[in-house]
Amino acid sequence: MDLLIVNGVVYDPVNGINGDRMDIAVHDGKIVEQVNRSQAKVIDASNMLVMPGGVDIHSHIAGPKVNVGRLLRPEDHAEDSEVKGLFTRSGVGGSVPSTFTTGYRYARMGYTTVMEPATPPIKTRHTHDELNDTPIIDKACYILFGNNWFAFEYLKDNRIKDCAAYVSWMIDALKGYAIKVVNPGGVEAWGWGANVRGIDDPVPNFDVTPREIIRGLCKVNDLLGLPHSVHLHTNNLGKPGNYQTTLDTMRCVEDLSDSDPILHITHCQFSSFRGDDWSNVTSAAPEISDYINKHRHISLDMGQIIFADTTTMTADGPHEYTLHRISGNKWVNLDIEAETGGGVVPYTYKPKSYVNSIQWTIGLELALMIDDPWKIMLSTDHPNAGPFVEYPSIMSWLISKHARQNSLGDVNKKTPRRSHLTDLDRELSLAELVVMTRCAPSKALGLTEKGHLGAGADADIAIFDIDPTRVDPSKEYLKYDRTFRRAAYTVKDGVVVARNGEITARHSGKTLWVKSGLSQEALSSLKDELRERFEEYYTVQLDNYPIEESCLTKSKPVPARSNL
Amino acid sequence: MTINVYDNIVCPFCGCLCDDLKAIISDGKIIDVKNACIYGLTKFLNYSIERSITPVIQGNNGRDNVDLKTAVDRAAHILVKSKYPLLYGWSCTSCEAQRVGLELAEEIGGVIDNTSSVCHGPSTEALQDIGESTCTLGEIKSRADLIIYWGSNPLQSHMRHLSRYTIGAEGRFRKMRDDRTMVVIDVRNTYTARVADFFYQVEPNSDYELISALRLALRDEEVEQDEVAGLSKDEIYDLVNMMMRCDFGVVFFGLGLTMSLGANRNIDAALSLVRDLNMRTKFLIMPMRGHFNVAGADVVFTWQTGYPFAVDFSRGYPYYNPGDTSAIDILLRGECDASLIVASDPVATFPAEASKRLVSNPLICIDPHLSITAEAANVAIPSNFVGIESAGTAYRMDTIPLPLKKIVDPPEGCSSDVEILEMILHRVRELKR
Repeated sequence: MDLLIVNGVVYDPVNGINGDRMDIAVHDGKIVEQVNRSQAKVIDASNMLVMPGGVDIHSHIAGPKVNVGRLLRPEDHAEDSEVKGLFTRSGVGGSVPSTFTTGYRYARMGYTTVMEPATPPIKTRHTHDELNDTPIIDKACYILFGNNWFAFEYLKDNRIKDCAAYVSWMIDALKGYAIKVVNPGGVEAWGWGANVRGIDDPVPNFDVTPREIIRGLCKVNDLLGLPHSVHLHTNNLGKPGNYQTTLDTMRCVEDLSDSDPILHITHCQFSSFRGDDWSNVTSAAPEISDYINKHRHISLDMGQIIFADTTTMTADGPHEYTLHRISGNKWVNLDIEAETGGGVVPYTYKPKSYVNSIQWTIGLELALMIDDPWKIMLSTDHPNAGPFVEYPSIMSWLISKHARQNSLGDVNKKTPRRSHLTDLDRELSLAELVVMTRCAPSKALGLTEKGHLGAGADADIAIFDIDPTRVDPSKEYLKYDRTFRRAAYTVKDGVVVARNGEITARHSGKTLWVKSGLSQEALSSLKDELRERFEEYYTVQLDNYPIEESCLTKSKPVPARSNL
Repeated sequence: MTINVYDNIVCPFCGCLCDDLKAIISDGKIIDVKNACIYGLTKFLNYSIERSITPVIQGNNGRDNVDLKTAVDRAAHILVKSKYPLLYGWSCTSCEAQRVGLELAEEIGGVIDNTSSVCHGPSTEALQDIGESTCTLGEIKSRADLIIYWGSNPLQSHMRHLSRYTIGAEGRFRKMRDDRTMVVIDVRNTYTARVADFFYQVEPNSDYELISALRLALRDEEVEQDEVAGLSKDEIYDLVNMMMRCDFGVVFFGLGLTMSLGANRNIDAALSLVRDLNMRTKFLIMPMRGHFNVAGADVVFTWQTGYPFAVDFSRGYPYYNPGDTSAIDILLRGECDASLIVASDPVATFPAEASKRLVSNPLICIDPHLSITAEAANVAIPSNFVGIESAGTAYRMDTIPLPLKKIVDPPEGCSSDVEILEMILHRVRELKR
């Protein structure tokens, strides 16, 4: 049935619409110029805020380490359960919700597309199994390449084209969407309990440096014309003084593009620490944002801290071990043959902790000091810096200085003096907030049919019961915080899937993946080469490694603009 | 005569889930399987001996052969009528079947539990206390120079574990048998112990003491007794030195550690020992999961409900409290009033008192085998063999998922676990309307 959303206060920055009262028409899951009102379901959005559905560029929602996070913490679920409903399966919440609950909670917040940012290649079948059970939202997963032995060997010999063929086959075979790099070289070193110290520190036994890995994979990404840039978790993440590594990393690919971003530095907060040790750690947001403001080849997401009990999880095995040693909390380590690693540690961010509260200021400083909201996207690196259900808190900190001042009152006494946040007067407009949470992630991911409400876009729409012409975001930020937690309507593919916090339909989102443009000849010569070493590197057969498209409940292949 | 050869078949027997089998099929029958161990080979060659393919229900005058639809209808009636049904088994079927099982358990407000409950359940509970430093088996093959089997006898339980993943494997950084040291710690001199470089015979039910002594020694503290758990003080220091001085060590533990006195406390201690060893070197630990998809059952249960086994849906949402919501405890308390058993034989393997409760209430069994549970069931629905007659997904002991394949047709009318469970779920929903 057609849908007509009438008289809403619409924010659609891509199409130059910023708070205009207008109607949005939907036909067959897509936004269209108009529909016949008498034959359409009409939603009266008078005095309501209408925007595209939220797009999350980085959120750990599915796959082996996410599931270990669930397994590790029954105490995290026990107080937060979802009862089976008319259209919903039951589940549990906490910092790592079960799959069904994840889909429903995103939908309730008006989010309609979420990217799982790190799947260990050999366990990607597991990631898809979970994504299939994550309802409503569209989704995709990034494949980890930064510690992959085949990639190391190609890049060491500077065989960029061959590496590109390999990456292209992997992404196609595993139904992935983008190249993910986590602590390049460092996780391989962690196979021996070690790490790398910077981008020029060679990887033990492989004679390749993180610099060569990052540059090489950026070239591969460009050759393949993948829809997203290389998605990078930097070396030295989470260590005092690491902003130098971050600057080195951004500089090392400066010559590879002068227009579109070729590298996405994810959860940048964790990579923006000044200082020599934890006692004198401060924010490097000024240095990082200064660099970003002057360059165009990088995009970022925040990795904003939420003061809460959460569960950290990353492919950066050595980092999780450090967190375990710092916190004394239980620790899971998950090394993956020939490819990557991982770890899980519960962690509570406390406002009274000096380091935690400095971290909290860094994320917000980055978002406020980077002039262009198209360059920095909202994230908590869910659940690492905090659970995604807390995004509305971040939104209110961004749109209101009062909200920030209020929270600054609760943090460690040293923090306000040592931070830049107190001096920042900028308050993001609602249009800028829509850019950070919808438009910019869609653009960075090459999702041309998302992040806007023009004709031809996917009918993924969030409607919030608040009138921005009457409610001042700066002063009445609490109202926005409350409203953003529960969309009045969430529309996915033209279907009303959530209404005031109730899930109103059974709906499956699509799994997006990038189809390889490799020729049959290129594919068979690649496989001949792989086969020689696969048996030595792995404990599974090459033929059992790829995942059939039929394993995805709702598959949406996207062609790569391959230049191979 | 037509001969078909299928390569890279995944073996649906133990947690090793070897995926390099070659099956030779002649006129729709498996005539040979290469690369399999004796267990795998035996399953592939003999699976269809002594099976029933006709559903059976208990009528007033004994057991009647019925069609599938009638059996499904009877099963659905039993489940809908039950106030607190138990859905148990799940470790010898596909993840796809486990998914439908969870949906069914939720629909009828029952308890769903898998065989972890009676095997490595305590290992999982210990993981929830301590965490776990672990990896995939390829990491062991590539890097490990110290391999310890503790309370586990893989040469008789996981026969290709040594050759595929540990001392017999040729990995990137470890090419030869001499590149690795193998240690066995067990209460008896097993076959596996006989191929080890070092064998430490521990007194029964004293693993906890031994691990505690090792942890003391690791922390440079004095072990005061001359002998702990049957090992001399020197042996304890030798063992701990071996652990600290390796480059990459691993402990594989079996039910000898998990199910001896102390249970999850033993595993707590072992996980803590391995964690502490990471301050000195690289060290990992892994349970030797038994059934071919018991690891998958834990994985699927966890992503759908947050909990690995013993999940109670009677409140309308998942609730987990092993010892309270686990199968045997529910049976012993006499709370459960009907059971659905899938791919398991609890009537034969549970404690006698629990088995009695199973058979004294309505019992439904879905299994390709003619098991004791199937014989005792009020409704027995034979399914086909997943990994031979139908496809699916299973998770190896290191939770690498692999595709189980269909290589021969099932007998006429013999459906898969997934199809049967979906029919029951559908019928349950009709009856509840």
